[in-house]
Order: sequence, then structure tokens, then C-alpha cells
Amino acid sequence: MKEKYLTNARIIDPKNDLDEIGGLIIDSKGSIKAAGKKVANGNLPSSADKIDLNKQVLMPGIVDMRVFVGEPGYEYKENFRTLSNAALSGGVTSVVSMPNTSPTIDNVSMVDFLKRRGRDKSKINIFPAATLTKNAEGKQMTEFGLLKRKGIIAFTDGVKTVQDPQVMARIMNFASQSGSLIMQHAEDNILSKDGLINEGEISTRLGLKGIPFLAEKIIVERDLSFLEEYFCKYHISQISSKKTVSVIKKAKKEGKIFTTGVSINNLSLNENDIGDFKTFLKLSPPLRTEDDRLALVESVNDGTIDVIVSDHKPQDEESKRLTFAQAATGATGVETLLPLALELYHNKSIKLKQLIASITSNPAKILGINKGSFDKGNDADLCVVDINKPWVVDKDKLKSKSKNTPIENRKLQGQILKTFVKGELAFERV
Amino acid sequence: MAIIKKLKAVKIKQNHLLGIQDISFSEVSEILKQAKTFITLNKSSSKKLDILRGKTQINLFFEPSTRTQSSFELAGKRLGADVMSMNIVNSAIKKGETLIDTAMTLNAMHPDIIVIRHQDSGAPNLLSQKVNCSVINAGDGRREHPTQALLDALTIINRKDKVEGLKIAICGDILHSRVARSNIYLMNMLGAEVNIVAPKTLLPHSIERLGVKAFTDMKKGLDNCDIVMMLRLQNERMHGSFLPSAREYYEFFGLTPDKLKLAKKNALIMHPGPMNRGVEIDTNLADDINRSVIREQVELGVAVRMACLKIFCKKN
Repeated sequence: MKEKYLTNARIIDPKNDLDEIGGLIIDSKGSIKAAGKKVANGNLPSSADKIDLNKQVLMPGIVDMRVFVGEPGYEYKENFRTLSNAALSGGVTSVVSMPNTSPTIDNVSMVDFLKRRGRDKSKINIFPAATLTKNAEGKQMTEFGLLKRKGIIAFTDGVKTVQDPQVMARIMNFASQSGSLIMQHAEDNILSKDGLINEGEISTRLGLKGIPFLAEKIIVERDLSFLEEYFCKYHISQISSKKTVSVIKKAKKEGKIFTTGVSINNLSLNENDIGDFKTFLKLSPPLRTEDDRLALVESVNDGTIDVIVSDHKPQDEESKRLTFAQAATGATGVETLLPLALELYHNKSIKLKQLIASITSNPAKILGINKGSFDKGNDADLCVVDINKPWVVDKDKLKSKSKNTPIENRKLQGQILKTFVKGELAFERV
Repeated sequence: MAIIKKLKAVKIKQNHLLGIQDISFSEVSEILKQAKTFITLNKSSSKKLDILRGKTQINLFFEPSTRTQSSFELAGKRLGADVMSMNIVNSAIKKGETLIDTAMTLNAMHPDIIVIRHQDSGAPNLLSQKVNCSVINAGDGRREHPTQALLDALTIINRKDKVEGLKIAICGDILHSRVARSNIYLMNMLGAEVNIVAPKTLLPHSIERLGVKAFTDMKKGLDNCDIVMMLRLQNERMHGSFLPSAREYYEFFGLTPDKLKLAKKNALIMHPGPMNRGVEIDTNLADDINRSVIREQVELGVAVRMACLKIFCKKN
């Protein structure tokens, strides 16, 4: 591979505190050699492969910690190839794929299969997560050590929560010795049983059974209590309510070390958007009140929440064209993660640096991967973004195999122009 | 009849009756006005009209129902429509067909009206997006049961001349009740003051936001009321630990002569049926012809449904 010189770009690299006009050099191995204003047109060799970016934003490729792929078992919803295309057009270069497939990713042999498929069919980096428990049933823990040796960097039951406190305590205790990252989807199944949307005025009006915020809060409180005794790398996948934010703030103040994520959906939408039973907005955790949304936005801004995820969950149309109670849960989002997140920058809710950190350097740090920043030697995963470009979401133009976007027809500002993976141009908008 | 009289003929624009939330005051008035004319007809010896002659009405009931289904069936027949009631228990839906597929199949037979009852809130809305005919909601999940509320309003008007200014108490399992929700919307729209009385575990979240006062003490909730509307308490509520026992419920939330004394002297007792005597209502009160209008509700139900079928049936 020839060295590449990206010049005349607005370099944003939150980890290295860069926001300046400059350039970036990709070495012949596809790694970052240098970045910033010191890399200027004048001091580059004339023979080099130069790309002038016209002062557009050049930022690290996005690391999305929560993405569902249909492989194996649900290929009709999304496969590695379609996911890869969707991700690249959204500037996402690394994803953690959730293990809720069929069969479940809970043993070493499945990991080999996934890695091979991921490598052959996609251009992005796929980091498969394995389950915490066998078949995500919440009973018997998986082989953390062996799976980690196979390259698994995160463990989660994905859409499920380990309900049994004894099992969870042991998982945290055991996982601490191998330094495995434990990611919990916080939801008490008994409290949320048959629940469809946030419990509140809207659930009362629509006559849908509510999911109380307590279902989330109680699991977070429980796990944080365990964390005091069994210190491990603990991450809360997504939170949705103001009350959970308070729990997290308090725990951080007490010095507990853990990290927290939030779905872009919970930052950009609220329960009112469900309107007349829009099943595309049936999500888990559910969309909550505007008050909750504002608390989450503020928490990203002040660093209480570390990571924003797309919670990309492709569902075929058939599984959404049902009554609200019967419809499948989840929405696609990997392609619109950055543009939708930029809405929070344009409306001055979240600082740009903080916003980008929450989808690049913060998740990379939690996962322990050499991505998400322009550190010398990191893989040259990057994207070029016109952060002001207006466009309208059209589900038929999105690249995901499933069309269940929760933001159809939304006017967004900011679009990805180019995406590089390991120094190679993998996507370019025409 | 003040409300009804002052309104002239109203054009009803929509073809569906999905809920009280979706219709306007003038539409409600038109329904009640027309229903009124059918009350007399239903008492006469010749009950058949030909307003809907040549029209096909399909009753699509996903939940068992005796009174609502037969009421809709009679209503359609009295207007001259061809009425077909689908027995869902033996149908394709039980074999895994989705609501939309069923709708498309039925749609191909060119019905003019589908009357639907479904256990899922919002099912009639979904259906209405997929078929060409009129959709009438005969009860969906916990959301709405508009014709029940309309017949309740008609019953009240029949006895009290108006709804405006009355104080109405709705008591019982509000959480799971579509009848309660539709009545809250409708009675509020017609200018009544609505009290909700229920144990805390059966009160929906933020119910006050629907424009009602919530009480957990029956004596306070019934105070000075003109109408006492009791709701059915389903037996399965005892299992989810919503309540300790039927005995405790009856003691504190059952309608007894004792508690009724707190309402106005001429207060009416209503119940959408079917009743659990001795659980939510004292059996003698339920049969008290001076106070209970429960049978009248059933009677006027047919008239109201006739009006709804006539008004919402798609004209083309």
C-alpha cells in the first residue's frame, strides 16, 4: 500500500485534544503516522498520494458498541455484507456485534465461524461479543477465559439481563480474574413483563402496558452493589431514565469505576414520537419522557455517560407490521448514528468534542482496541464528514437490509463523505 | 337534550370509529342524535330498515364477547346490512396468520364495514390503515371501547337530559379498562366532571393527565355524584397481586347501599357488564329498578351501534 496524505482537513481527535486545520499521514501498513497542523501541504513529498479534504472534518472512524447482525440465523434481517455497507456509509468502522443470534454466540467454535464470516464478508472491524451465560439463559456462565483467548473482548447477554443475583455476582467475581469486560442490559424482567413502552401518560392513553423506570434502575443499583465487592470491568449497555442517571452520578462520586452507554434513540427521541402506535419506535430500553431525554443529553455532555451507541437492530418489515404488542423490538441506526448525534451538536446540546469522543475514543478505550483516535500507530480507521450538509432520511436509500429506521423523513444536518478502514478508502459518497 | 338539539346536521368526514379520542364533539352529538331516533324504532314491532341494504358488515372478534357482538349483529341487521360474524377461534389467525393478512383477505371480499374487537391496543388503527372499508372499534386492549362510552352517554342523557355539569364517578379496575378510558374522554368532552375511584394498584400512571380526579377512598370519590359507573373486576387480577382478595376489594371498593348514600339521592348506577355480583356491586343494587340502568344500557347499545354503523359506513 502506498502512503496516503490527507491534507487541508479539520482534524478532530478528542483523545489528543485536536481540533485544527491540518493533515494526516497513513503509512504503508495502513496505520496512522502523524496527524494535526504539523502535517501541512508544504512539508510533504511531492510524489505522495495526496487527498485534499477542503477543510471538511476528519475524525477517527466510529466505534459502535452495540450492533445486531443477523448472522447466524437471521440473515434475512442483516448479514455481514449489508451491515458493513450500512456501517461504512455512516462512518462506522468498528462494531461490537451482539451475541443474540441463532445459535447464540456462547462457545469457542461459534467465535471462529463469526470471525471468518466477518473477515470475508465485511470491510469493517467486527468484534463479536459472547454471552455472559450459556444460551443467554442467565444460568450458567460461559467460558470467559477461553473465549477471551479466542479474541472475545466483551461479554453480554445482549437483549437479556442476568436476572439471578447469585449468578450475576459470580459472573462479576469470576470475570474479574481474566479482566473480561462485562456489559449489562439493565432490565428487571419481572417488572418489565409484557411491558411495551415507557410507563406514564402515553402508556395510559395508548392502553399499552408500561415498562417502569424502576426495571432499569433496580438492576443498575444491584450490579453497582456487586461491583463494590467484586471489582471487574463493568459497563452498563444503555440507560434510559433520569433516575438511573442519578444512581450513576452518585456511584461515580463514591469512586466506583464503571462505564455507561446510551442509545442515540434515547437521546434524540421521546415517548411522544410513538404517536399512533408506530411500531418502529418500539425499542428496548423504551423511549421515555422528554425530561429523561434531557437528563441523558446532559449526562453525555458532562461525561457521566461515556458512550453513545446506535443499538442497531434490524427487523424485517413483516415483524413490524403487527399490532404494537406483537411487533418486534428495535430499530436500525448504524448509518444514522453520527448524523443524528450531530443534531445534538447543531442544537447546542452537546459539545462537538464530547460528542465525537463518545462514539470514538471512549468506546475504544473501554474495549481496549487501538482505534478511536489518531494516536501514532493506530489503525487508520477514519471518516470524512461534512458536518453541515443537510439531508432527509429516506429508508429506501439506507443500506441496511432492514428498513426499520425510527427517523424516517427526519431532516438531519451532517453527512459522511468518505470512510477509510486500515488506510484503505472503503466508502465514498457520490 | 340541550347539547343535541342545538346542532344541525353534521358532516362526518372520517370513515372509521377508532376511539373517542379521534372524533369531535359535533360528531359525537350527531351519533347521539341519530341513536335517539333508533330507540323508538327498536321498541316498535317492525324493526327493520333498509339504510344499509346491500352493505356487508363483518364482525371480527378476536376476544370472546356476548353482548357487544350480538349488539353489533342486531344493529347491522336492523339497518338491512348483510352481517357476518367471524369465529376467530377456528380461523386462520389461530394458525399464525397476522392481522394484516386477515385484513387483506377480508378486504378482497369487499366488505363495507368491519367491526373489530382485539386484545391488543391499537389493532383497529392498524386494520384501518390496510383496508378500504370502514372500521369500527368494538374494544381494543386497554385502550378504547367507543361505542360503550357512547351508549353510556345516551343512557345518561335519556335519564338526566344532559351530561354537561354532571358529576360522574368511574369505579374499579381503571388500569385494565378500555371502557373507563373511552368514558373519561367522552364525559369530559360532554362537559361532565369525572372522578376515578380505584385501589392504587389499579390506577393507571398519570391518570390525572386525562382530566380526572383520582380517589382511592370510595366515600370521597362518590361524594355528590350523579352517576356511579362500576367496572368489572376480572378474577385474574387477584393473581398478579393487584389485590389481596375479592373480600377485601368488595369491602373497600364494592358498591353497597352504604357507600351509595354518599352520592346524590337520585344517582344512577351503571355497569358495562358482565357483572360480578358481590365483588364490585351489591346484587340488590344491581337489580334496583329505581337506581340501576344496567339493562337500559344494553338496550340503548343497539341504538347507538345502529347510529355508528349508519354514520361511519363508507359512502360511495
